[in-house]
Amino acid sequence: MSDVVIRAEGLGKKYLIGRRQAHRTVLRDVVTRAFKGVASSAFDILRGRQRMVDDATEEFWALKDVDFEIKRGDVVGIIGRNGAGKSTLLKVLSRITEPSQGRVEIRGRVASLLEVGTGFHPELTGRENIFLNGAILGMSRLEIRQKFDEIVAFAEVEQFLDTPVKRYSSGMYVRLAFAVAAHLEPEILVVDEVLAVGDMEFQKKCLGKMHDVAGKGRTVLFVSHNMGAVRQLCERGILMSRGNLTADADISTVIDAYQQQYVKASDFSLRCGSMRFESFTTGVDQDNGRIKMSIAFSLSQSEIVEDFCLLLYSTNGVRLAIADLSRTLALPTQLGPGDYEIECSFGPLMLVDGVYDIGLYLKTGSFTDSILGCAQVSWKPVLHEGVSYRYPSQHRGYFETEVKGTITPRNRD
Amino acid sequence: MSSGPRQFPESPSSLSTAAQPDNAEAGDGALRLTILEAGRAERNYYRDLYHYRELFAILAWRDVAVRYKQTVIGFLWAILRPFITMVVFTVIFSKVAKLPGEGSAPYAIMVYAGMLPWFLFSSVLSEASSSLVSNANLISKVYFPRLLVPAASAAVAMVDFFVSLVILVIVMLWYGFMPDWRILVLPAFIALAVLASLGPALWITALNVKYRDFRFIIPFIVQFGLYVSPVGFSSSVVPSQWRLLYSLNPVVGVIDGFRWCLLRGESQLYLPGFLLSLGVVVFFLWFGIRYFRRTEKTFADIV
Repeated sequence: MSDVVIRAEGLGKKYLIGRRQAHRTVLRDVVTRAFKGVASSAFDILRGRQRMVDDATEEFWALKDVDFEIKRGDVVGIIGRNGAGKSTLLKVLSRITEPSQGRVEIRGRVASLLEVGTGFHPELTGRENIFLNGAILGMSRLEIRQKFDEIVAFAEVEQFLDTPVKRYSSGMYVRLAFAVAAHLEPEILVVDEVLAVGDMEFQKKCLGKMHDVAGKGRTVLFVSHNMGAVRQLCERGILMSRGNLTADADISTVIDAYQQQYVKASDFSLRCGSMRFESFTTGVDQDNGRIKMSIAFSLSQSEIVEDFCLLLYSTNGVRLAIADLSRTLALPTQLGPGDYEIECSFGPLMLVDGVYDIGLYLKTGSFTDSILGCAQVSWKPVLHEGVSYRYPSQHRGYFETEVKGTITPRNRD
Repeated sequence: MSSGPRQFPESPSSLSTAAQPDNAEAGDGALRLTILEAGRAERNYYRDLYHYRELFAILAWRDVAVRYKQTVIGFLWAILRPFITMVVFTVIFSKVAKLPGEGSAPYAIMVYAGMLPWFLFSSVLSEASSSLVSNANLISKVYFPRLLVPAASAAVAMVDFFVSLVILVIVMLWYGFMPDWRILVLPAFIALAVLASLGPALWITALNVKYRDFRFIIPFIVQFGLYVSPVGFSSSVVPSQWRLLYSLNPVVGVIDGFRWCLLRGESQLYLPGFLLSLGVVVFFLWFGIRYFRRTEKTFADIV
């Protein structure tokens, strides 16, 4: 038996995108369209004109010609920008959606963790949800029973086991959900960006648990924008870009290649509902401590923009700042279809030198989400007055701070 | 068949004693080769279904556990609905419209014997058809045979069915009407009722994922079906030249079967019509499963 557990050949996934972005199909539309289609084609044929191809939909290849092999025990980080096809790849591998092209061979049981707490039912108690969620993730009842105590201890929710999870705090909820997932022991584990939730302490614990899983010779596929976590966890990396696999090598090479991509901002493309971002260029004005952004996007239809914020993250995923463009730039709430460009800057920031990620929080009529890893900025060391540079940057946190004060002898009375 | 709500999670202390190495499961999993390809039919689909039986049990248990949460009278709903309908139908069809019953059997029992399978049919249809949409979060995040979701919601309807079966026993005792040997065939007709509802239910469930119109069509079918099916009256009321055509409604065969079992043969089974109903049931079952399986893989993309 070969050592290859996943082999993908010419893998492709196509979606049909409606021009009118109808959220779900209504039978009436299908009937009228079919009716119109029949009528117009009959008309075309009568007039002796060439038949027009239906233009209501366009093809969009979320994955195209992807080939790779993954061996038993590999821990592979899949990185790439938003819309590069990472999540689609995971969905295909975990059999949620079927590929449109090519084939994949998988040896062994795959458990996918694309979301924390899938299937949790708010009315059921913590205990009941452990069984429910475990079964949904593919554990047998026996397996859950064996690990039950361990799961409860990991989640630190002993006193609340018989409380419906709708009364849990969001932290408890996430801990319980992750605890179940962390005790999965499939041959192949597929994990999407799920560590972006929970506090730092718990994130570390989860990373540690995943490290253990990987250490036991299991195969792990891990998607994340958190380069720190990817570097720490994976030996090998796969870089995706616009549905193609652009690099497959050891993890540091791939992360370097990924960070190189930011330099060429021109091929950036991100689709958020009816909004399509074409470029996301960053610059740093370090003299004034500001980050400059230039964002180009287009709208396929008129859209209500409720929130449009830039997010500043550290490379290990801690949010440092939020810059609200919708309020401070007074963006009109209703934007008509067309192309737009935003030029802005935010600050003052006194960042410690290093690389920072820029994300986006967007809430429109058709889309609401935070998107990590839209761009990166690298902050060079600057000398501020009143700041001590005695300690190396990895010990200085995120912000430089200016210290003022005096020291005087004190008299004891 | 579902055995009613189960107390699932036992206390942790009793769990550890039950722990045994799960060799068969692990060995089977390690060698399992899955091939994913466009349009490829799942080769061991039914083995997969069997493999996921625990998930099925848990989903069914969840649906049962959640169904009567935050209601005051809880399970009584499963009893009250058919009971009140029985009273109303008996009054309207027997006393007001003066329709004939089945021989010497009390009219109320005849109505109830028809209503049991009808409620089973209509609740499987309406519960199943919305099940995939209301479990959209599961479907877009994990793989399992999608058939489990509507099947689990059908299991909930089964639980309600067995609860209301108890009422039948009480009504029979009240009238002092005892069934004969024919009642032994009842399980076969219960199975037939489930199959009869599962076929159309699966078809509509799959359609409902894409065309939400069925959310509006289902209540209409259920309401309309109550009148075109022999629930409040005996199917012998239908003129004999129309009887065969009438049997195209699969529920007719099921209801007639139920009455034949429960009414001591006071109700005659019209054989050609019954066989036709049976044929329609089999056709819908085949068609429903086929359609469901053909569209199953696209559910995650369109739900």
